Amino acid sequence: MNIHEYQAKDILRQFGVVVPEGKVVTAPSEAVAAAKALGTSIVVVKAQIHAGGRGKGGGVKMAKSPDEAGKIAREIIGMNLVTHQTGPEGKKVNKVLVEQGLDIARELYVGITLDRTVGQLAFMASTEGGMEIEKVAAESPEKILKEWIDPVAGMRPAQARKLAFGLGLSGDAFKNGVKFMMALYKAYTATDASLFEINPLVVTKDGRVLALDAKINFDDNALYRHKDFFELRDYDEEEPLEVEASKYDLNYIKLDGNVGCMVNGAGLAMATMDIIKLNGGEPANFLDVGGNASPETVENGFKIILADPNVKAVLINIFGGIVRCDRVAKGIIQAAKNVSIKVPLVVRLAGTNAEEAANLLAKSSVKMAVATSLKEAAEKVVAAIA
Amino acid sequence: MSILIDKDTRLVVQGITGSEGAFHSDQMLEYGTNIVAGVTPGKGGQKFRDRVAVFNTVADAVKETGANASVIFVPPPFAADAIMEAADAGIGVVIAVTEGIPTADMVIVKAFLASRSTRLVGPNCPGVITPGECKIGIMPGFIHKKGRVGVVSKSGTLTYEAVHQLSELGIGQSTCIGIGGDPIIGTTHVDALKLFNADPDTDAVIVIGEIGGTAEQEAAEYIKAEMTKPVVAFIAGRTAPPGRRMGHAGAIISGGSGTADEKMNALSAAGASVCESPAVLGETMQGLLK
Repeated sequence: MNIHEYQAKDILRQFGVVVPEGKVVTAPSEAVAAAKALGTSIVVVKAQIHAGGRGKGGGVKMAKSPDEAGKIAREIIGMNLVTHQTGPEGKKVNKVLVEQGLDIARELYVGITLDRTVGQLAFMASTEGGMEIEKVAAESPEKILKEWIDPVAGMRPAQARKLAFGLGLSGDAFKNGVKFMMALYKAYTATDASLFEINPLVVTKDGRVLALDAKINFDDNALYRHKDFFELRDYDEEEPLEVEASKYDLNYIKLDGNVGCMVNGAGLAMATMDIIKLNGGEPANFLDVGGNASPETVENGFKIILADPNVKAVLINIFGGIVRCDRVAKGIIQAAKNVSIKVPLVVRLAGTNAEEAANLLAKSSVKMAVATSLKEAAEKVVAAIA
Repeated sequence: MSILIDKDTRLVVQGITGSEGAFHSDQMLEYGTNIVAGVTPGKGGQKFRDRVAVFNTVADAVKETGANASVIFVPPPFAADAIMEAADAGIGVVIAVTEGIPTADMVIVKAFLASRSTRLVGPNCPGVITPGECKIGIMPGFIHKKGRVGVVSKSGTLTYEAVHQLSELGIGQSTCIGIGGDPIIGTTHVDALKLFNADPDTDAVIVIGEIGGTAEQEAAEYIKAEMTKPVVAFIAGRTAPPGRRMGHAGAIISGGSGTADEKMNALSAAGASVCESPAVLGETMQGLLK
């Protein structure tokens, strides 16, 4: 789960991680008031969307007076912000964060995430603040310092000191940097995060260390321990069809193609998308209907897939194991009748009672092509849109 | 022979009285798996289906029945504890089917297991089957056929697809292992390949991977350096968009790394026969065995 920068900063603040003073607003007049309340000679107005690269896209601007902050807020709120992470269609900005300006001496980077190869958290730090960290990792990996965290000992102060020395911090900035990193680790584990990125981490001329930006992702598997995080979810940031699908407990991701697909199991769902593409089509979505593929899930799956106007044909690929194919076939026929499908439908059922299922499908009044192998299914559905 | 489990495996089912645990215990019993015990805290002394003794703890089950493998159908909030309980009781092979265990819990489990000899398979996996001998997990038993090809995969139904293709062509399997699609798993592709490489009754292996992480690249390094048997490989998710989690918690391309193409290239360079299409896994293996 992703959250906004201002929400991330609110959470970090609770754990003693130092962030700039600021306020999130939805109207220009509120931006003026927020800038006045901050009282600094410069404030920064930052668009709040779930994507990086906001500055380059024109979504982050400095204001020298409260009135200018209001003027900038008027420009940014409601704009369609395009960054390298939003795709060409961009994202509409509904909120801006008005923040105190800082006298910045250095821009650094720190982040925490799981290192899957060792199964431990990695605390990363770099002097290359403000740059894309993936780019730094690719071009000059020696500029990224890493400390792996033993799950029993946790983040040790000695590790934080090592990183702080590595970043070239000294005096007050060193002390504040160590404090910052220890607090950041505490926040990460307490919130069951899957990613923290502070980019940039800034050192001010008077030796303070603050998170100028903050990106937080949470581990979806652990959200049951953090019920209060559910209210941080911003449905405006998500694809409406994906929000709709989540109400039915369907694992759906919208893509740009025109061949809709419904599959049981995530790996087979990806493989089905791949084979559609390999046969010259473009998948319209990822949809895993889960192990059971009950008539209700299939019907809901149809509703979601067909709500995408780009979909010109639908492929159902179910591997019936514990659930018999003839039962899945009956469910598909019922669901297809209920939702009235106007695009070509190709169905492939494999596994237990597959033959019986194919007969049921062939005899039904719902128009569909039946395939027995994965290859045949992909060929038929791509041919249907040609 | 086979790897991990066989006809002598004595299984304890953790969570045997829950709906999932009970349903799949029936399926496993029907297949012929030797379930010697179940564990549900507080229900010790009961019998499952009038034949399997239920215990309060895994330690009791091991003491009374000599169980040497366990399968976990415990809900996510309690699953990490269940894995560690099994390891603490000296179980050799622990297979965790449970989907949705928090990553932070698995970080602890991994550290806990590091100093013990227990092998974990999963979590979030279909399990392990040695056809004709022992089925531990949720896979449909009947699609399998006894034979000499090993299968290791991050996915459930995609593994069934591969096995189905093999069986249809008359190619049997020695053991099929679903290792799971989570960011932290017990047995990796490399671990499974090592076991298959050393197994005299496995002639070749199918490796199925997916986007996210670098486990397949590590498998490629192992194949290049050590593997003496032919490998057929497929990676799911060439069409997956970056930054999106494709169902499995670990299936995500992050920061441009973990793509299907880089994994396919690595495996190909290591000498594996990489299939572009998931529909030709069986026939590719058939070609290699000739």
